[in-house]
Amino acid sequence: MLRILHQIFRTGIVTEPLPVDIEAGIEIVGERLEETIRKRFHRSLNIRAVDAGSCNGCELEIHALNNPIYNCERFGIHFTASPRFADMLLVTGPVSRNMEIALKRTYEATPHPKLVVAVGDCGCNGGIFGKSYASLGGIGEVIPVNAFIPGCPPKPVDLLQGILRVIEI
Amino acid sequence: MNTLKDEIISAFGNAVLQPVGCAHPTCFHVPRDSFIEAARAMKTADARLVAEWATDESLFGRGFGIFACFAKDSEYLILKIEVPLDDPTFPTLTKKFVSAWRFERQIESLMGLVPVGHPDRRPWIKHEDWPEDAYPLRKEFDPSCSMPRVQGEYKFIRAEGEGVYEIPVGPVHAGIIEPGHFRFQAVGEDILNLEEKLGYVHKGIEKRFEALSWEEGSRLAGRVSGDTTVAHALAYCRAIEAMTGCNVPERGLWLRALMLERERIANHIGDIGAIANDASFAFLYYQFMRLKEGFLRINLNLLGHRFMMDRVVLGGVAVNINADGINEIYSELDRFEKEFERLVIIYDENPSLEDRVRDAGILKPETAKEIGVVGLVARASGQRLDCRIQSPFPPYDRIVTKMTVLNSGDVHARAWVRIEEIRDSMKLIREMLRTLPSGEVKTSFNTPAPDVSGFAVVEGWRGEIVYWVQSGPKGEINRCMVRDPSSVCWIAVEQAIHGNIVPDFPLCNKSFNQSYSGHDL
Repeated sequence: MLRILHQIFRTGIVTEPLPVDIEAGIEIVGERLEETIRKRFHRSLNIRAVDAGSCNGCELEIHALNNPIYNCERFGIHFTASPRFADMLLVTGPVSRNMEIALKRTYEATPHPKLVVAVGDCGCNGGIFGKSYASLGGIGEVIPVNAFIPGCPPKPVDLLQGILRVIEI
Repeated sequence: MNTLKDEIISAFGNAVLQPVGCAHPTCFHVPRDSFIEAARAMKTADARLVAEWATDESLFGRGFGIFACFAKDSEYLILKIEVPLDDPTFPTLTKKFVSAWRFERQIESLMGLVPVGHPDRRPWIKHEDWPEDAYPLRKEFDPSCSMPRVQGEYKFIRAEGEGVYEIPVGPVHAGIIEPGHFRFQAVGEDILNLEEKLGYVHKGIEKRFEALSWEEGSRLAGRVSGDTTVAHALAYCRAIEAMTGCNVPERGLWLRALMLERERIANHIGDIGAIANDASFAFLYYQFMRLKEGFLRINLNLLGHRFMMDRVVLGGVAVNINADGINEIYSELDRFEKEFERLVIIYDENPSLEDRVRDAGILKPETAKEIGVVGLVARASGQRLDCRIQSPFPPYDRIVTKMTVLNSGDVHARAWVRIEEIRDSMKLIREMLRTLPSGEVKTSFNTPAPDVSGFAVVEGWRGEIVYWVQSGPKGEINRCMVRDPSSVCWIAVEQAIHGNIVPDFPLCNKSFNQSYSGHDL
């Protein structure tokens, strides 16, 4: 126990401030986000991450958002276990044919109002996997998408900035 | 002791012949009706089945080919049978080798060759709503087609009796992980049986390779499993370099190995943290995640990408480091090592953690051998397997790699093998930096000749990754077979979970941490 306490004090707070350049690497599509959505989130955003066919690279970076350095919970961002509690779906791709139905069901299970953010080059347009019998391409081919965060994979800072910009905190 | 080659020659005499264009490893043609007999000889010789795959050789005016790759210690041996177009069947090897079970279901699902005598003919990777006659790996199949969905049902193995119930999990899981489906048959909390249904992230990778140039192929290989990008790209490049006789400059080889070990450390740290987290010890999780982040940042600064994607290319590497970079890695390792060792003591001394990880999810050594598992899963269950030692390429042939083998096969063993491997990888990296040759990091690459094949194995952080690549009549990619360690180790997860309770499944599963994407392809 003493070792644990010692380690905690030695480590201190490692969380870094988020760089201010929040315009970087994000493209908002569709209509402007409604006032009500912004109000409803109230700096508390529940995200359901969905892997719709990714190589797991994007997942590693989404994971990193929870590490003490990026510490996404300080912005009220929480990853939830069920789409039923989610305000936002963070979807990585490409959408594989075998995940298409599960992705649509997850989308339907998420209550309104909801946001969909496509993550990674593959989530945006299918990436190197392209469109084929097994890969349907980007997330937008299957469900409506509000924003894209490109990158292979996008860095944690890109993800955080992208998410924050989408909800315009 | 006889080699596998001796065994097969003594079993068949002159009936075997060398097929065209396969220099390494030894590859023999076997008559189709002697396939089982050959497999029996391999089994008797104590070999494991590394992979089994099919090729469509119609572009050469031939039929189909079935390949089975066997290995024992450092020797790999490939047996090939020819399957005519008008009779697309082959004898099953499932009676001899457990891992053939899924390899052959996959061959039937994607290439349409029927394993005669296979006890389980349900499709694998191909889901029940695919048209039955869609065989994507056949040359006649148009990869850009969109397949209609058909009615179909996948029959899970059901347990029956009083108090028995079923728990379906996935494909969308509760955490931030890849999709797959698990079907538990349980009584109370006790798991009677676990059945996996995978294939959800099947992106048609093997078919995709056939539409790409050789150079683009290394980018795709680096995305077979995003957490293993270096090892996959390396195995792909080594297979093709073996076809063309390309000699990578020494500095390039060293930097490849350096990145391979950095990938190993980064993933192992993350896994140990995640294992602790699944045993509700969040403190260690956050500490290890902090260390991992530091590691990834050095990757970004010195090697240009947090996961080192696209750094391994045909003919060498696409990155170089200077003296400052080398010093930075040295000082990073010194810092990291101190922190890491402090955390290992905390892991080791925590009784509540010990209570969870000891004796949970046991994969017995005999089961591990029977399945033919590889990598850290194998080493945690008493199997002496490590390609860095058994099939070394420079610089591994010049530096001493330590193999950590434990026999308990539980969650703790898999965590502890990782801990020891991190320690050894740090030592290896220091040794590589100390002996880093000067000169070029990349050489020019020549396109392979038509109808040759290349083979390579690389020990990624999960274990042995196998690539077998065949060039077509115009010197393009005709077939690229990918075998991630997950293709065999997923079977072991089903076995290790027997007798455990449902709430321990995430912990057990995390200790294996197999790839869905690498398996589904």
